Amino acid sequence: MSSRRHFLKALAQGAATLAVSSTVGGSLASETATGAAEKGHKVRWGFLVDTQKCTGCGFCVKACKLENEVPYDANVTRTWVERYVEMEDGTVHADSPRGGRDGFVDPRVDLGRGSFQDIDPSRISKAFFVPKLCNQCENPPCVQVCPVGATYQNADGVVLVDRSWCIGCGYCIMACPYGVRFFHPVYHTAEKCNFCYHRITKGLKPACVEACPFEARLIGNLLDPADPVNRIIQTQRVNVLKEEYGTKPQVYYIGLSQEVR
Amino acid sequence: MHVLRPLWAVLALVLVILVLRTFVVPEDFGIGERGYMYGWHRASDPQYWQGISVKLRGREYCKQCHLAQFTQNGESPHRIIQCENCHGLAGQHPGAVPKLTVDRSRDLCLRCHERLAYPSSQRGEIRGVSGATHNQGVECAKCHKPHKPTLGEKPPIGGKT
Repeated sequence: MSSRRHFLKALAQGAATLAVSSTVGGSLASETATGAAEKGHKVRWGFLVDTQKCTGCGFCVKACKLENEVPYDANVTRTWVERYVEMEDGTVHADSPRGGRDGFVDPRVDLGRGSFQDIDPSRISKAFFVPKLCNQCENPPCVQVCPVGATYQNADGVVLVDRSWCIGCGYCIMACPYGVRFFHPVYHTAEKCNFCYHRITKGLKPACVEACPFEARLIGNLLDPADPVNRIIQTQRVNVLKEEYGTKPQVYYIGLSQEVR
Repeated sequence: MHVLRPLWAVLALVLVILVLRTFVVPEDFGIGERGYMYGWHRASDPQYWQGISVKLRGREYCKQCHLAQFTQNGESPHRIIQCENCHGLAGQHPGAVPKLTVDRSRDLCLRCHERLAYPSSQRGEIRGVSGATHNQGVECAKCHKPHKPTLGEKPPIGGKT
């Protein structure tokens, strides 16, 4: 009888110790995540997408592919635009033909393989466009799974891929919950949006932000309290994609809807 | 001690790998500022990405030479659209690339002006037509000047402009 009590006691103590150590570990992890400002870093890039303003013109996708030399006709892209059409009976149609590179010039929804879904415009309850790009997560799962250290998070929060060090195993492509990674058809290495790193480090805006006529895409410094984009993220109602994965995405959305995955 | 032989073999293998590693792994490979979990990389790699050339130069760059067109377009509702969205990315223009190719296709205009009456999107507020029925096969610019899109004198369809 007493031995069972001792066993249970020891078990409880063990569990308590485990719990304490894991909390300590957790707080350490979040310290490294949020301690960027204290370490003297001046920049943490963040992105803001206003889905209310997006009209699905696809100029962002076109500009991105040309700027970053992603082969234009290959069906891969660093950023893309999705269309969601919800009907009155609750069915949701979604498409992104060629990633929205040529805009949405057809009222019908593209089902792939050359078939289209006719849409009765009078039965639409809501319809909108959602641009997608790399979330530059604070906890990037794509970086964790890289076996060779070819993808990493820079001090300014941008996740980059080392083209000369990547072995092309594709783990990161599978690990990304947002599906933003793909193989570059020319370099045969993992490729992804990096907020146009060559532009933001020169004081320019990313190509998609520059090309958007409606200011639906904005970039800002999350460590600068006076940054206008950061102000919007701090003071308005914004959401992120797939928060439940714990990746802490740094691309914020205005007007996100539950249909968006 | 024959039982220790596998151990020596393993130790030798580890030693070989450690020696090989010093040749294969670049000198600047290490834990970056982002720590053990997310920071492993070659310290020189960010410079590669920073060194990529800028191709989309922005309307202020175009303005330096094409002031007249810039000013005219600046008075139209199309002022929000970057020059390079239709004219192609400037890149090395006017140096290495003397001429840019303008996209005059109907599909370019229809990116915004294909009428999609979406109730919850700004797209629904843009005036548009059905590309499938509206003067099919005719270039939009025959009637609508891109830099001054409001319809003025309307040239006859198919006639000379």
